[in-house]
Amino acid sequence: MLGKLSWDAIPWDQPIPLIAGAVVLAIVLAVLAWVVIKGHVPYLWHEWITSVDHKRIGVMYMLLGLVMLVRGFIDALMMRSQQAVAFHAAGYLPPEHFDQVFSAHGTIMIFFAAMPLVIGLMNFVVPLQLGVRDVAFPTLNSTSFWLTATGALLVNISLVIGEFARTGWLAYPPLSETTYLPGVGVDYYLWSLLISGVGTLMTGINFVTTILKIRAPGMSYLRMPVFCWTALASNLLIVAAFPILTATLVMLTLDRYLGFHFFTNEAGGNIMMFINLIWAWGHPEVYILVLPAFGVFSEVISTFSGKPLFGYRSMVAATLFICIVSYMVWLHHFFTMGAGGSVNAVFGISTSIIAVGTGVKIYNWMFTMYGGQIRYTTPMIWSVGFIFTFIIGGMTGVMLAVPPADFQLHNSLFLVAHFHNVIIGGVVFAVMAGLTYWFPKAFGFRLHEGWGQATFWLNFVGFYVTFMPLYIVGLLGMTRRLQHYDVAIWRPWVLAAGVGVVILCFGAVAQVAQLVVSIRRRHELRDETGDPWNGRSLEWSTASPPPAFNFAVLPNVSGEEPYWQIKRRAIQTQQLAAEPDYRPIEMPRNSPTGFISAFFATITGFALIWHIWWMVGVGIAAAYAVFVWFAWRDVEEYVIPAEEVARADRERRRARDAWLEANVRTSAPA
Amino acid sequence: MSTSETLHERDIVDPYRLGRAHAALHGGREYATGHGEGGPASKYVIVGYGFWIFLLSDIVMFSAFFAAHAVLQTATAGGPSGRDLFDPSSIALETACLLVSSFTCGLSAVATGARSQLWVQVFLLITGLLGLAFLALEARDFAGMVMQGAGPQRSAFLSSLFAVVGCHGLHVSAGLLWLGTMMAQIFVKGFRPNILRRMLCFNLFWHVLDVIWVALFTIVYLIGEGR
Repeated sequence: MLGKLSWDAIPWDQPIPLIAGAVVLAIVLAVLAWVVIKGHVPYLWHEWITSVDHKRIGVMYMLLGLVMLVRGFIDALMMRSQQAVAFHAAGYLPPEHFDQVFSAHGTIMIFFAAMPLVIGLMNFVVPLQLGVRDVAFPTLNSTSFWLTATGALLVNISLVIGEFARTGWLAYPPLSETTYLPGVGVDYYLWSLLISGVGTLMTGINFVTTILKIRAPGMSYLRMPVFCWTALASNLLIVAAFPILTATLVMLTLDRYLGFHFFTNEAGGNIMMFINLIWAWGHPEVYILVLPAFGVFSEVISTFSGKPLFGYRSMVAATLFICIVSYMVWLHHFFTMGAGGSVNAVFGISTSIIAVGTGVKIYNWMFTMYGGQIRYTTPMIWSVGFIFTFIIGGMTGVMLAVPPADFQLHNSLFLVAHFHNVIIGGVVFAVMAGLTYWFPKAFGFRLHEGWGQATFWLNFVGFYVTFMPLYIVGLLGMTRRLQHYDVAIWRPWVLAAGVGVVILCFGAVAQVAQLVVSIRRRHELRDETGDPWNGRSLEWSTASPPPAFNFAVLPNVSGEEPYWQIKRRAIQTQQLAAEPDYRPIEMPRNSPTGFISAFFATITGFALIWHIWWMVGVGIAAAYAVFVWFAWRDVEEYVIPAEEVARADRERRRARDAWLEANVRTSAPA
Repeated sequence: MSTSETLHERDIVDPYRLGRAHAALHGGREYATGHGEGGPASKYVIVGYGFWIFLLSDIVMFSAFFAAHAVLQTATAGGPSGRDLFDPSSIALETACLLVSSFTCGLSAVATGARSQLWVQVFLLITGLLGLAFLALEARDFAGMVMQGAGPQRSAFLSSLFAVVGCHGLHVSAGLLWLGTMMAQIFVKGFRPNILRRMLCFNLFWHVLDVIWVALFTIVYLIGEGR
């Protein structure tokens, strides 16, 4: 009746996951109780859960990403503390638990922290920057989000019901085959990634279509902001890479569930084929994450230097160059496979060449700052910190790209330090910069500057104290994923990394404090004009937070920096452009389709993990029913009347006019 | 059907006029110059375009299965190879069913253009029956192989064979479910713009199944027969 599921699935004898699970459950229940008692359920249902508004979905993605970032960070704390004490000792985490911790850390950080944070930023920003009202497929967008949430939920359920994979974050066979790991850990891994992978793929399709087919009139390709270009490149990579991940994981699933022999040791299975396939997805994946990060830095550095981005066209070219070449480097993840000197040389060279594109970008950012009036606000210092940090990460990457050196460094902590250097220094710094930069657009008030600076410095210092020792201890021969060790010269460096992670912990606390302080002081941090940073692209031309329809009339674009042009014109003529002719606007109706699909996807996924076959049938039948029900609806849109549009827009114009009055007309010569 | 719901000629026009950059120079009336300045595209274009992107991603997924099959084609582990197993007449019949169904699917699109409820239903029905026949033949092949002990658990070659052919078969099955839903929708709701967009997508999907089958036929069966 319940497949493999029984009371033994709950780890009664292990206090750590039990207590952690109980605490999380208590928090979730408390929040739910508060929501119900305060009567917020209808608000949440109508305004958020069923919302198909790209801005709301973007915010929910960010929230999911931040929560999962904390979860993954707790795993990191456990690993660092285990290694701090497990010198000539067993430590406090037994091997089978330690293995789950590092596997969950990698899986959660990449799939459920970094991806939602990056996709969340794209969701919120791209339609606003393109000057349009929504993405191409709003309901699909909501479904993507909820399927991602399903994956995250399944991974977290594994904490208390059953176990998680003990394989590392890519579940290499033959270890991940049933011969060696018959438990449900790998199945949790497979189904959470398969389900959330569908969501990510649909995001990719949605955004490629949006960026290529839905832009404000006059916005030609070479007038799009660089963040949109990087989002386009990233989503093209999603469309081309995530199907490979799906296919690979399906093959492993068939091996585990139906006794196929894709990657087994016997009957002709080919283990190295898994490694090739997974990295044919895995390497583009890191560029899926980091390209939008480059876009964020481009926007931030240009805005806070008060200058147009230097070398816009070379930035676009470099982005697309990276997009394509990122497909031709995957083998550098396993030079040690023994494909031969010439194959390794080709991939070593292509890996080094990809650094050229990134180098172009670094110079463009520096030249953008050169001669500018730089304001060192929180987003800007994250960006400058990124430039320093990413250069180090890029150079260690080029070191690893040299096959003979890689044979020494493969699977060492040097490698671990390298990829944390580029992912934290690139992606996480960008997310923090982007969060602070676009927060006022989303919520109508800025984040507290002092706490933002404190967050940056704590994380910046914490990052270096954690990962520079790992480079050194990697060169001293320490391999990754060690549950315990007894080499004395490693010890001080491992302890130093432990200190670093404590500093990062304070950084996380400062980040939470920034949010709390900012929310409490929101009235003094209010953004009245919708343009808190003196921005240059279209998202700053609408109100903060923007109305559901984003723009009362679609802007007419005639240059690379449309909003900067609008502002210059307003300052020169000392008045706003003439009031437009307001028309009624059609917007997509909210839909619970995404939430309901994800609900049944969760049930189906859970049933598949525990071999509860009747429940799988129910889940799939229900999914088809939802599809038909959604397809049958008659009214897909609702109309916002012209008066409503006019009222919202006149309010925005009043704020702008007040700004002109205070800053331009009074100071202008008589 | 009210007039506001009919599909106008301008709705299916791509404002980007891809490949027509010089229309304006040669007396064309298009404002857009081919560099994407024409504003948002019509819904018909957006939906068709997005669905194409999905199909391309699906083709990428199949290519991973094809790559796996190419690697494992000779990994028979002492078991039967393609030459021992494949029944050319059955595969020829399957191919015929699928190719003819693609033709009838195209006819259903023509009938949609002519807004003929009767002929759309007839051609979709024929398409669906041919798809069903294809699935039945494929299931018979699979069952026959499993009976002689050549199931997917026998060798890596057979694992990859069942996976790639089965994945195509699952796509055909999903297509049949969609086809049935589509027939019901056209019957109940008529030729509304959103139904027309879905017919476009369904047609693309069904033809791409054929494209995949051509690759399957070549890589799995023709090349496999020689191994």
